[in-house]
Amino acid sequence: MAAATSRTRKGKIRWSKLYSFACLRPSTSEERPADRVGQPGFSRVVFCNEPYLHKKKPYKYPYNNISTTKYNVLTFLPRALFEQFRRVANFYFLLAAVFSLFSLAPFSRASLIVPLIFVVGISMIKEAIEDWHRFLQDLDVNNRTVKAHLNNGVFVDKPWKDLRVGDVVKVNKDEYFPSDILLLSSSYEDGLCYVETMNLDGETNLKIKRCLEASLCLNEDEEFSQFKAKVRCEDPNPNLYTFVGTLEFEKESYPLSPSQLLLRDSKLRNTDYIYGVVIFSGHDTKAVRNSTRSPSKRSRIERKMDHIIYILFSMLVLVSLVSSIGSSLFLKHDMVDWWYLRLPDGSSSEDDDDDDLFFNPSKPVKSAVLQFIRALILYGYLIPISLYVSIEVVKVLQKMLIDKDIELYDEVTCKSVQARTSNLNEELGQVEMILSDKTGTLTCNQMEFRKCSIAGISYGGDITDVDLAASMRMNADFEPFEFSMDETNRGTRSFELFEFSVSGFSAQNGNARLLKTEEPVIKGFNFRDDRLMNKNWIHVPNLSDITMFFRVMALCHTGIPIEDDNRITDKLSYEAESPEEVSFLIASQEFGFQFFRRTQSLMVLKEFDPSSMKEVEREYKLLNLLEFSSSRKRMSVIVSNEDGRFFLLCKGADSIIFDRLADNGRTYEQATALHLSSYAEDGLRTLAFAYRELEAAEYEHWNKIFTQAKATIGPEREELLEQASEMIEKDLILLGVVAVEDKLQKGVPECIDKLAQAGLKIWLLTGDKRETAVNIGFACSLLRQDMMQFHLSLSREAESNKEVKWLLFLALQAIEEDILQQIQSSYKLLCEEGNNEAPYGLIIDGKALEIALRGNVKDEFLQLAVNCASVICCRVSPKQKALITRLVKQYTGRTTLAIGDGANDVGMIQEADIGVGISGMEGMQAVMASDFSLPQFRFLERLLIVHGHWCYQRISKMVLYFVYKNVAFGLTLFYYELYTSFSGEALYNDWYMTMFNVMLTSLPVIALGVLEQDVSSDICLQFPALYQQGPRNVHFSWSRIIGWILNGVVTSLVIFLANIYILSPTALQRNGFVVDIDSLGAITYTCVIWTVNCQIALITHHFTWIQHLSIWGSILLWYIFLLVYGALPPNLSGNAFQVLIGVIGPAPLYWTITMLVGVVSLLPYFVHITIQRSFYPMDDHIIQEMEKCLKKYDARDNEMWEREQRNSQRSTNIGFSARVEAKVLSFSQQMQQKKLCVGAITSLQKQIDTRQIQLALAQAEVMHLRFRHGYGNGAG
Amino acid sequence: MTDPNRERYRIRETAFYLFTQQSLPACKPVLTPGWVITIFLFMGLIFIPVGLVTLRASHSVVEIVDRYDIECVPESSRIDKISYIQDDSIPKNCSRFMKVRKYMKAPINIYYQLDNYYQNHRRYVKSRSDKQLLHGRKYHDTSSCQPVELNNGQPIVPCGLIAWSLFNDSFTFIRERAELKVNRKNIAWKSDRDHKFGKNVHPFSFQNGTLIGGGKLYPKIPLSDQEDLIVWMRTSALPSFRKLYGRIEEDLDVDDVIVVNLMNNYNTYSFGGKKKLVLSTSSWLGGKNNFLGHACIIVGCSSLVLAIVFTLLHLKYRR
Repeated sequence: MAAATSRTRKGKIRWSKLYSFACLRPSTSEERPADRVGQPGFSRVVFCNEPYLHKKKPYKYPYNNISTTKYNVLTFLPRALFEQFRRVANFYFLLAAVFSLFSLAPFSRASLIVPLIFVVGISMIKEAIEDWHRFLQDLDVNNRTVKAHLNNGVFVDKPWKDLRVGDVVKVNKDEYFPSDILLLSSSYEDGLCYVETMNLDGETNLKIKRCLEASLCLNEDEEFSQFKAKVRCEDPNPNLYTFVGTLEFEKESYPLSPSQLLLRDSKLRNTDYIYGVVIFSGHDTKAVRNSTRSPSKRSRIERKMDHIIYILFSMLVLVSLVSSIGSSLFLKHDMVDWWYLRLPDGSSSEDDDDDDLFFNPSKPVKSAVLQFIRALILYGYLIPISLYVSIEVVKVLQKMLIDKDIELYDEVTCKSVQARTSNLNEELGQVEMILSDKTGTLTCNQMEFRKCSIAGISYGGDITDVDLAASMRMNADFEPFEFSMDETNRGTRSFELFEFSVSGFSAQNGNARLLKTEEPVIKGFNFRDDRLMNKNWIHVPNLSDITMFFRVMALCHTGIPIEDDNRITDKLSYEAESPEEVSFLIASQEFGFQFFRRTQSLMVLKEFDPSSMKEVEREYKLLNLLEFSSSRKRMSVIVSNEDGRFFLLCKGADSIIFDRLADNGRTYEQATALHLSSYAEDGLRTLAFAYRELEAAEYEHWNKIFTQAKATIGPEREELLEQASEMIEKDLILLGVVAVEDKLQKGVPECIDKLAQAGLKIWLLTGDKRETAVNIGFACSLLRQDMMQFHLSLSREAESNKEVKWLLFLALQAIEEDILQQIQSSYKLLCEEGNNEAPYGLIIDGKALEIALRGNVKDEFLQLAVNCASVICCRVSPKQKALITRLVKQYTGRTTLAIGDGANDVGMIQEADIGVGISGMEGMQAVMASDFSLPQFRFLERLLIVHGHWCYQRISKMVLYFVYKNVAFGLTLFYYELYTSFSGEALYNDWYMTMFNVMLTSLPVIALGVLEQDVSSDICLQFPALYQQGPRNVHFSWSRIIGWILNGVVTSLVIFLANIYILSPTALQRNGFVVDIDSLGAITYTCVIWTVNCQIALITHHFTWIQHLSIWGSILLWYIFLLVYGALPPNLSGNAFQVLIGVIGPAPLYWTITMLVGVVSLLPYFVHITIQRSFYPMDDHIIQEMEKCLKKYDARDNEMWEREQRNSQRSTNIGFSARVEAKVLSFSQQMQQKKLCVGAITSLQKQIDTRQIQLALAQAEVMHLRFRHGYGNGAG
Repeated sequence: MTDPNRERYRIRETAFYLFTQQSLPACKPVLTPGWVITIFLFMGLIFIPVGLVTLRASHSVVEIVDRYDIECVPESSRIDKISYIQDDSIPKNCSRFMKVRKYMKAPINIYYQLDNYYQNHRRYVKSRSDKQLLHGRKYHDTSSCQPVELNNGQPIVPCGLIAWSLFNDSFTFIRERAELKVNRKNIAWKSDRDHKFGKNVHPFSFQNGTLIGGGKLYPKIPLSDQEDLIVWMRTSALPSFRKLYGRIEEDLDVDDVIVVNLMNNYNTYSFGGKKKLVLSTSSWLGGKNNFLGHACIIVGCSSLVLAIVFTLLHLKYRR
């Protein structure tokens, strides 16, 4: 009970007082847009608390349920069928089936219709299941509940879907808003509330919304029993940042602005509850309007497959044309003489009811047309009908294997990687660019206090991971030389080496420790330094500065302490606008400056007093708070302590603070700056702390100006406030800097490293501000210190121009010019120094990007961006993310992968060739829109490099094989036509042919598609460059496709001609029997089956028992089928009756032919691959061979193995390895310099030592050379 | 008691696990130069002997071919062969002499060979009724037999173009004034005789129409015993084909001269077909055909050559 009351009390702080300005400045241009209400586009009328009025026209608005499904019960069948028959091949087979009903087809009806139904049925079932899952997800969202006003002030739980416009709802803390809501009041007295819009725009800081003064009173359930109001506002639109409307309440009309609108998909934070009225519901909400229907994506291979199908179609049409023309020529010139056909005689056909239109010599054209249609169906085996369905089956199985991969399972969240759509599996193997979101994707959205530099001394360890890796690497080679004589443990040695890089520092502070990175015990605090921890800071010199530093940390913020009811220790937890502030508060608590109470104007600290060694409570009067903003980049508080002294405590970006230092405040500037840069390179976010003591009179004077400025209404207000703050925030005394880590998710740097080695480019697109983005760029090694950075942004005057006369075309053009110039100069630089292989990073912010993506600048920008090693776009809106993705995709033509976690990434995810959603803690929007969902970013590595590579290989092999097999089979039918005067007779029995695609050749190809591996998964990871096969598309190039078609042609020729020449016209066996159509067909068909199945055995590299079973089983199945079919009574089996046991089986010739034809038809391919493997081997061939050869030894130690591995890594400019390499290089250089100096000193002392050191240095150099040529092999 | 079950379950579980992790034990053949050379050598060693054996078998077959369709038309009628063959009043008998060049061991297969005769024409192939052949007139639906389906409203047995165009040249063989015994039994597939042609089905209304096609059948003999028809009904795959006529069951010596008395009834003149008479022995591999043997030897030799080339290349450019 007590806790509850304390909560309410705390909740009632008047926040508007704390936020003295900037957060909610009264907009001066408010009246203008409100005038537009009621005009076209602004016609919506909402009767608050009277939802029943919205049940009928004209105020009928949609319910709040949303639906993302593609089909419903009624539309499923027609639409799904339509989708199916949009595929060319399926449509063709549909036509064939229709023709079969009119006795046009050369085959029986069943043999045409059954496979079609099978194929289409399976695809439709798959569609249905996928849509069902979408439906279930919608259901889940629609059934979430929210408290809605029933009547007489009673609020009941109502599912989201039943919410109507006009409903009054109460949303509690940490709940999502069910629709777009007009804020009426909140738990705070002044009607403020905090909103997290992460899902909408990806910005992590909390937004403040404030209700109208008029509705402030409505802050209890009971108030709503009589509440009535009318809202007139704009029509539903997708614009997130505008809202125009008026509220008519108690006969007054109040203008509404975006700050009263709470958007669906955003979340209430730090506020106990709010009341609001539903303004837009369901599909009218801005969030839903913003979401685009997920496009159905098709992989590159599949798109190319269409072209292959077209080629095969043209082949089909060609041979059909030949057949039909041939047939009509025969008909006209020869067939009339063939009395045994008794062709209908054109002149005297009246008595004959013979209607054989195919062979009517009097109507050769008509016959030719009919023959053409029949031929189209007859040679239909050229078109692989089962290709689509086999691919679909294979992809579903592949998806299952991806889902089930234990390596892709995250124990923390108990989630696994999920392939949400299975039709992009192989696209994973062709990705060239990754566009990544930052927050929630690379980082955990969690800040950790890591390091600080107080009074010129750095605390919290100095060694970064990169340094550690580099020094360890170098150390490994110094093993024989005991470099540090007194201490022998490895840690100190690496530290010793470290001296070279951080010159002179560690010598003074011998007690600095090498820190192991452990999981922090306290969330948000990962700081280990015994000099400061456990109150040890009292022993450090400059005690006053240290205490002041901690005070700034504990006082200069907007946070509030949270009293956790069930906490064990006396530690508090905090809530603040940004996670950084929280981490500062936690850190200051750890250091003994616990901020534990805040009232309207008072901040209370529990301080540890070094003189009395006791904890004392100190109150600070909060006099003014100068708010943080992105333009100011600093925040200050003015407090007075118990002694009546006035202090200005300031924190802010280092450049801002350093500019405002007093002359006597620069004592630590140099040392601090040094630390700053080393922190920044580590990817830590830094903030500088400074203070200033104010004279009472000075403060009074300033306060007058400030109050005056605050009271000003009008456009100049902001400027006045700015001036006022400039007046006081000067002559500061620098205390130090803090570094917080925007905590990266587990394994992110390693993953990026691997992806970079595999030749992928990674772009960072984030809604966050530039500093954060750049820090993260450093943290995950996308940027490094020696990288040339291009910063593209609007120049200051351009920016101001933009605000004042945004619509002026001239101004716009000037901005464009400006950006273009920046781009061009950067590009020039890039081209000039391109030879140096110096890496370049491009950093561009949202506003500049907006210009850069315009028509004529676009190409130049993309050209520059594509040539940079890494690109970071900050402050980009969701729309821009999608736009960049689209442009990159279009401009480069490369396969792009977008990865993100929030709703703000949805556009990008949908736009990219592959969208990946992080199924972490945030909402489901990204996952819903994605093609793959990962629990963590790091799984991307295995997903792409292993599964992507495999799937790409499998699918391309599979498609090519399909083409081959159908060409090889289909053409034999055509050749036979040449021998039958193009009459349309098939060589094979109908059922043999039906069995061909469905049974006899389908399983091996599915096994290939699911289980084939060119190399095993760990080798894929060890040789990331193998991945390049995908982007370069070596397995599915046109030359390969044509090659396989030719191979099919050769095979068909060999099979057909060999059979014809061997079997005709002489006897088949000793008893003198000769072959007829059926036995020749069966023998030829046997050859086909053997050949195509052996061909797949030649393609397959990875034989498990499944492959063996399917390949050899298929061949066996043919014989069994022949036997069973032949054993059926003759009226079922027709002429195939007992063909195997009666006729061809006993003939040795049959078996000899099978063997010969099988071998000869595979010979061209076999010779081709042996030549290729022996003389022009590809990467995977070499690796396979090495794997095989070296299996006996420990392969990994072998020199050849290492060399190949090194060669297989692409030289890259980003990633951890690249940084380590650069570091090793710089260490070596430093050592060389040191060598001179060390040499000079030691030559005076001991000459032997010098030699030893020189030896060591020589060793280092050798090693460095080795690293230059192949880094990474030792570290892995 | 449950232990073995559990054990088995565990194993199955493991196998499935290995499958889902894509780590099933696999054999990964790699085409190393050694393997390539071995395979080519092996192929050479297989195919050359096979080729030699088949070639030998083919050479052991003796074949005599005699084209008679032109010679058997009297000189006077050769300008208009069609009217000759269609004129029933002219006797069609003809004598041919065949000289045996090599010893022929019985049984000697007698074939008639037709060239440029499209028995595989779709219209022709489809024009039959298997059910009628088996069940006779009891089976009524003979629509597939068009255009030779009915005669004066009566179904024809056997119906269809194939039967209607039955080959009807006949041959008798005389050696040194003694007629050679020709066995005309067992020339059709046993499965056809036993299961596809009815034992109680007799020809009916066959060749009674206005248009007479080929040969006639004995009305009294059931179809299953009319092996000429059965052989003819096995339509040939290619436009040039042989069909078994009978077997001479006596050995023929070198330089034997055989007089063939034949009835040249069948009309191949309208479409320029050829008729040949073939006497041929057979080997275990069937008739005389060198193609298989040659193909095998060529494949074998080229494999050997490839093996050698690869060996040399491998020695030269050793990786």
